[in-house]
Amino acid sequence: MRDITLGQYFPADSVIHRLDPRVKILSLIAYIALIFCTFNFASLAFAAAFVLTVVLLSKVPVRMYLKSLKVIIVIVIITSLLNLFYGTGEPIWQWGFIKVTWAGIHNAVFVCVRIVCLILLSSALTFTTSPTDLTDALERLMKPLTVFHIKVHEIAMMMTIALRFVPTLLEETDKIMSAQKARGADMESGSIIQRIKALVPVLIPLFVSAFRRAYELAIAMECRCYQGGEGRTRMKQLHLSKSDYLSMIVTLLVIAGVVLFNVLFPHLI
Amino acid sequence: MEFISIQNVTFQYESQSEEKPPKQVLNGISFDIPKGSFTAVLGHNGSGKSTLAKHLNAMLVPNTGKVFIDGMDTSDEKLVYDIRRKVGLVLQNPDNQLVASIVEEDVAFGPENLGIPSEEIRVRVDEALKAVDMYEHRLKAPYKLSGGQKQRVAIAGIIAMKPDCIVLDEPTAMLDPKGREEVLDTITKLNKENGITIVMITHYMEEAVLADKVFVMDKGKLLTSGTPREVFSQVELMKKHRLDVPQVTELCHKLRACGVEIKSLPLSEAECTSMLKEVLL
Repeated sequence: MRDITLGQYFPADSVIHRLDPRVKILSLIAYIALIFCTFNFASLAFAAAFVLTVVLLSKVPVRMYLKSLKVIIVIVIITSLLNLFYGTGEPIWQWGFIKVTWAGIHNAVFVCVRIVCLILLSSALTFTTSPTDLTDALERLMKPLTVFHIKVHEIAMMMTIALRFVPTLLEETDKIMSAQKARGADMESGSIIQRIKALVPVLIPLFVSAFRRAYELAIAMECRCYQGGEGRTRMKQLHLSKSDYLSMIVTLLVIAGVVLFNVLFPHLI
Repeated sequence: MEFISIQNVTFQYESQSEEKPPKQVLNGISFDIPKGSFTAVLGHNGSGKSTLAKHLNAMLVPNTGKVFIDGMDTSDEKLVYDIRRKVGLVLQNPDNQLVASIVEEDVAFGPENLGIPSEEIRVRVDEALKAVDMYEHRLKAPYKLSGGQKQRVAIAGIIAMKPDCIVLDEPTAMLDPKGREEVLDTITKLNKENGITIVMITHYMEEAVLADKVFVMDKGKLLTSGTPREVFSQVELMKKHRLDVPQVTELCHKLRACGVEIKSLPLSEAECTSMLKEVLL
């Protein structure tokens, strides 16, 4: 239970790890948009090939990626099947009201590859970027939003603290569950409703303790002169290096490539 | 005026309910703490010692009386952050004091709040982590550390702000014996080598022995004060106020009462064994 961490970071020394987190986040957004702009097999294959290259470059074991795909596999199968059977046009195979068309197959493959690419790329981001770097990058990227009176620093601070306390609260949940079990609480049998009810004696102490922790943390933060985001400096400065510019160029090239394939082979389905 | 000067302070928390009158937590307490000293404040639960600790960095402000830190009045709101820069407070539960999910980033939290340039923060963080002997763990997540290690990270987070004084509110209460020893060694080292003034609030007599001077509190008042030896030789007074003395001191006190000739009361086990040897051989 203790090993569940949000955005499982996998420390390694790779090109992808060293990239500026801001560049990684922005590139991810660009690629996600791009993957949904692939209109034929050529451009889809090109985009997918790029995703696989990133996965291999990240030096994160492939089984980690497979693990993250496992969570989503049911959704992939269901959406692919739905697309398979709801295609329009001439049926090539029919059984009762179920019919399979070329358009259906085409849609199913596209949806499947797109979702898999999406998951792989987002996993690549969380595997290669530490949670602190992520929140840090988000804070800097969202900085322009302060114009609209959005409290960017506060949001980032909340995310940092939430990430910090995930393992602590998980450990505590474990402890409380053991304590309640030792008193004869039954959490593993009965209907779903009974099991949910059995969680109440776990959740109440957990919430009470979370409030107590929050209160103490606030005191500790005040003791360390925390006064909000204003006038605060950071130890780690983010600056763009040569490889960051290079990766931006690669991103642009991939976008150009997908557009090119879309235009060059408009009839490849 | 001494570095920390507490002058006739009274304090009560605001009442939670109408019927119950608020309890006077601090009841006219005064004492001074010189710069560079190691002071222990002893007292059992409810003696007001934690409340006193929060007065030392302006987390709480006295109802009457004054607290001066390096000549600055803690009730002056403009000086609050200057005071907190000088006096860092380490709390009991290390888990609830760490803000970031990486050790070195947590240590950087304080200096970042002070607006110190990044290069200097880096230097301060490394120095602070080395001072508490946690440098090799700088990239770890706090939840992977032991209690003693976490508490040392919390101390490093205060040191990185370069305070003149560190107040520790029962820093070892939630630690196992090994963690307790690590933290106490760190505190003593910081006092002796870095010259940081230490005020340690505790209810362990064995820890108070490490200090240069001990203040004993009872019901929001100062019961007695002096060097550990002076304080713990008053075995009867301590017992009367439901406070213990170190076990070895108590042993020798009882032996003395039985007629064994012991000149002075020991404070540590080593001292005790050598004294007993003298008597027996």
